[in-house]
Amino acid sequence: MELSFTQGRWNYDRWGGFDPISSSNAKPPGVELWAVFDVPKDQVDASWKNLTHTLSGLFCASINFLESSTTYSTHEWGFHPSSGGLRYGTLPREAVCTENLTPWLKLLPCRDKAGLSALLDRPSIYRGFYHSQRLHLTSSEFHSSGVESGIVLEQALTVVLQPNSHKMSKTFSSETKLQPSWSLSSIFGRKVTGRCILAKTSNVYLQLERGLVTGLENLQKDNMITGPDHVGSGGLKDNPGFELSVRPDKMFKEVNSLHGKSSSILYEYSIERYSVFEPFDLGLTWKFPVVWSCPRAPLHSSRFLMGSGNQRGTIAISFTSTDLEEGFLSANIGEESCKLQADIFQVVPWYIKAYYHTLRVFVDGQPEAITNVVEKMHVSPSEDKESPGVMELVLKFPCAVKSAALTLEFDKGFLHIDEYPPDANQGFDIPSAVIIFPNFQTSMHYLEDNSSNKSPMLSKFQEKSPVLSYTEVLLVPLTTPDFSMPYNVITITCTVFALYFGSLLNVLRRRVGEEERILKNSASKKAGRLPQLLSRLSAKLRGKEWEPPQSPSTSSSFISSKLILKVFIVAGVAVFWQYYSE
Amino acid sequence: MGESESENEAPKVKLRPIVRLGMFLISHSHLLSVVCCTAGVLTLLLLPLLAKNTYISENALMPGSANPMLSSQEVSEANGLVKDLTSLDLKRMASGIESQRLIAQYMSNLGAEVSFQKFYPQSNQFHPLHFFSSPDSATIRENISCSSYGLNTVGIIRAPRGDGKEAIVLVTPYNSEKIGLGEALSLGIAYSVFSLLTRVTWLAKDIIWVVADSKYGEYAAVDAWLRDYYIPVFSGLGIQNAEMCHGLEENTIRERNMRDGFKRAGTMAAALVIKVADRSEQFEDSLSIYAEASNGQMPNLDLINIVNYLAVHRQGLRIKVEKMWSLLNCKWLKILGEILESLGHLAKNLNPQWKFGIPAADYVEGTATLTSSLYYQALGIPTGPHGAFRDYQVDAVTLEISSRVSSNNKGRQNDFLLRGGRLIEGVIRSVNNLLEKFHQSFFLYLLTSPSKFLSVGVYMITFALLVSSLPMVAASLYAHANNLDPSFEKNESNHPASAADELGITLRSWKWLYAAKKVLVVHLWGAVVLLLPYFICQIPNCTPTTSFVVWVLLSIFSLLILFWILGSPFSYVYASQPQQREWALLKSVTISAAFIGLCLMSVINFATAEIGALLMVPMCLMAHPLKLDVKSRKLRNFSRVACNLALGFIGFPPTAFLVFKGVFEGFDGISVGDFWNWLESIWAWSSATYLYIGMIHLPCWILCIHVILHPC
Repeated sequence: MELSFTQGRWNYDRWGGFDPISSSNAKPPGVELWAVFDVPKDQVDASWKNLTHTLSGLFCASINFLESSTTYSTHEWGFHPSSGGLRYGTLPREAVCTENLTPWLKLLPCRDKAGLSALLDRPSIYRGFYHSQRLHLTSSEFHSSGVESGIVLEQALTVVLQPNSHKMSKTFSSETKLQPSWSLSSIFGRKVTGRCILAKTSNVYLQLERGLVTGLENLQKDNMITGPDHVGSGGLKDNPGFELSVRPDKMFKEVNSLHGKSSSILYEYSIERYSVFEPFDLGLTWKFPVVWSCPRAPLHSSRFLMGSGNQRGTIAISFTSTDLEEGFLSANIGEESCKLQADIFQVVPWYIKAYYHTLRVFVDGQPEAITNVVEKMHVSPSEDKESPGVMELVLKFPCAVKSAALTLEFDKGFLHIDEYPPDANQGFDIPSAVIIFPNFQTSMHYLEDNSSNKSPMLSKFQEKSPVLSYTEVLLVPLTTPDFSMPYNVITITCTVFALYFGSLLNVLRRRVGEEERILKNSASKKAGRLPQLLSRLSAKLRGKEWEPPQSPSTSSSFISSKLILKVFIVAGVAVFWQYYSE
Repeated sequence: MGESESENEAPKVKLRPIVRLGMFLISHSHLLSVVCCTAGVLTLLLLPLLAKNTYISENALMPGSANPMLSSQEVSEANGLVKDLTSLDLKRMASGIESQRLIAQYMSNLGAEVSFQKFYPQSNQFHPLHFFSSPDSATIRENISCSSYGLNTVGIIRAPRGDGKEAIVLVTPYNSEKIGLGEALSLGIAYSVFSLLTRVTWLAKDIIWVVADSKYGEYAAVDAWLRDYYIPVFSGLGIQNAEMCHGLEENTIRERNMRDGFKRAGTMAAALVIKVADRSEQFEDSLSIYAEASNGQMPNLDLINIVNYLAVHRQGLRIKVEKMWSLLNCKWLKILGEILESLGHLAKNLNPQWKFGIPAADYVEGTATLTSSLYYQALGIPTGPHGAFRDYQVDAVTLEISSRVSSNNKGRQNDFLLRGGRLIEGVIRSVNNLLEKFHQSFFLYLLTSPSKFLSVGVYMITFALLVSSLPMVAASLYAHANNLDPSFEKNESNHPASAADELGITLRSWKWLYAAKKVLVVHLWGAVVLLLPYFICQIPNCTPTTSFVVWVLLSIFSLLILFWILGSPFSYVYASQPQQREWALLKSVTISAAFIGLCLMSVINFATAEIGALLMVPMCLMAHPLKLDVKSRKLRNFSRVACNLALGFIGFPPTAFLVFKGVFEGFDGISVGDFWNWLESIWAWSSATYLYIGMIHLPCWILCIHVILHPC
């Protein structure tokens, strides 16, 4: 089971998309939860429901919204292959805050009172660009490698912070800009004061990325300080680019299997020696500006919506190749046919009625037949108010692909009034698609000094996992009713009902034949005493011969003139009264 | 009614109340139609009185609740950009891309993602099939030379902690070939806001700054960018072209990165177009708001409210909306205003709670604003680049800030940038606060002043009153035409109804079909007339006047042809039927067609329908054959003849346009070519008003003229 709370977006261009950190710790915004159940198939949904409720209670989050079948999905293969017992759900709109972090910290043995977690100063964490807390539970019954039975809990907190010391004095001539120097105390506002007593190991690692190391080497070559000596092996004193305030305990160098490019360096600091009196405060001061870029995923993927209006739209996923992958391509050139595989896993809510037959693929700006590109495809269409639609695709692009695009048309559905969320007018989210590049493994092997005590971090780095990236969350504006309307609707409906029942009763009560007979009788006799008298009187006053009233049309003008007179009198009285009452 | 009269001995069956009401309305249709029409016109004049003060409907906006953070630091940076741009303009670089590169440099220095977007100008070719849809992008790109493209520069700030689902757009149009001071200043304002927004922590939505290259018009540039944003074309043609054209330019890796990716952010929440006017006639800084988009669509009133609130209460700018300036010194309006003011006083004396009197000056101003608001909505042409956004359901306004800035006065310019920037910052902050999209306030409204508006519920009344008389008159005319004939015949031949006579009655009751056919034919002719300008446009080098004359001649010719082809049944009708009532039936059908047309139009573009109803309803109601009037020789009939002729004159679209233009702008220098130009601009923007004029107004006018000249 894995649960992650994320705030902010992982910037794949700047923060890397090809290392273990980004592919395992970069998560879509909001909550993502997946779990594999080892129960009979008919009980999977029930146990999922249980799980979501438990987690939502534990983490003070609305994970329980994932219980309804419209929000989670199952899939066959693709991301996290499993045997049917997997459920996957995301809540892109979930706001992540300290109330979610506190329960997460509670799971730590020393909470945030001691050890590394003492660094977690809430304001500074949440001020950063990206913040993701992850909880990974593996039961050893599933895990083949685990020998002893039990449950392994893995917690990871990924934070991208901006060193704020130099923020204010930003200069706008980028050529001479020095990277902001940082230290733990300037980033977090705290220092590490010794380890948690319960912890077995407590280490801080500092990784220099490949690109950075290359940059530093170049710098070194330019400066000719230490000759052909290698950066890492030369020690810290002769490092031209930056200066570390604390000497690392160990240093690992990546074993780069691919080619002779320089490899990343990992510094390890053990906190055991530090105490309250001698707090650990790692700092890094740049001496020379170095420009480097991080390793990026083979294709930069972005997803966006096309079309406007409330009726239909198109989801498009576009890939552009990142130029940095030439090395990988050249490595793969030996193979018989160079194909770049990308798996797409996309969940669409049911109110986005995607038409999977409209899937179109463009490679390098040319429309391409789907069968040429799509290797394998699994689609489970959405059912209204039942389940979301799931699309899993395995795409194979030629290696030299520059750009590719996938479009999928959809209709926007209508929701029932009580299915609208509180902020319905904002629009509805389409959860991020997951894009996996299974040909590319993120693993980093580091040369270790003593292999006896393998640190968990390094073994984590060595785990082979495909490169994974999440696309943006999309916001689809749907038709929303005016929620203040129910009052008006009630009024109108009541009026219509009153009219309807009134006329219905009228029709039912009436007997047309009998009425006609009565009318005939009354016409032959007298219409009524008083009006007859009145009309006779008026006829006498006018000096005309009295005749019985003929038709409603002739009398109507007579009546109306009288009526108008009456109305005028009443109005006059009213005005008079109004005027004198004040 | 006829049946009840025929069987006299039968008792009076009491009819349903609704039927009786209908009969009452029909029998009094003359009086009622006159009352309704005058009431409609009167309420139109009263509208400025009924305008309500605007209020901010959405609570989440909270305009002005935070202190502006824009400081002099950003302004000085922006000043640097302004200076660079103007010096660039002085140097007159050979390459046109230089200014874009400079702006992109500034943007990327701020840490924003920068991309360029290339677009090609669209020729404003009118094509009948493309009236409703924008022309296919593939067809446009056939004959483009590499040199003639515009280049938009787009910078995007990703909100540090936002989820990137929504975005706010800032647009600054500028001419890349010649940058004026105003354009440079508008870029400066946008830049100062942009640089502030890169470092604020409250940002929840991404910010897109589009520096639109207005070489080929401001609208075209923004529209091209939006089209690429919403309806991108994946097929390779455009890309190849771009590659070809850019082969000769040197590009570093960074620039290539900028160029090939069309960067996006999420759904757009709102868009602001910032312009700085060069003219400095005003004593103080002022801000004009332009909001009308195509077909009279308006952005949400809340957006205008925020701008208005922040500009007036925070930055002390004077807000202006478009006015009909010539109406301001109109004598009769002033008199009317004074009368209304005194009436208001009187009402206040009667009851202090009746407050509908406004000062006469306010009334005149309100009327002028209302007129222009109506006119620009009716025209259906967007009043600025913001119109492009409305096509994609994004609320947008154009803010044109005008000031007395001269290039040498440094402090004044700084102050101006600071105020403009703070205004924009405040608006963005408000929109940023908004969780949902704009939906609380009105979309259908007319402005009578920047802080007063008329909602649909109020201005509908005018139109409803004007139009309601049409079906009544049509029904009464029809009833009379059908009714009086049998009675007339009965007096002549008093024999009981035979089978042949019954057949005659049924035939007579279907007689309106002939009239309907005629009306239909004339409406079809209207459609033909609409298509004619397309062919006239193909004629090379034509002055507007000649093309107008050609158009008129062609339409008359086509009318004659239509009558020649389809006219034969009419002559048959004239021969067989008593012609006395034929015109009445024709008039009744015409009126119903006009009613249907006006109602349809009011759904599409209310202002057009309103103005059209003002012109058309009296004309349709008054239409009466001249011969009958001349025969009877009474004063009343002669006055009717005069009315008919005047209304017929005014009702003809070209004369109506020229007369109004003359009234508002003075009669000197008016030619019929102006009408052609006006019409051309309408169809170039594919406004529904064009359809209205051709399909509803012109046929109705022709039919009314036909009724007036009817030989009976």
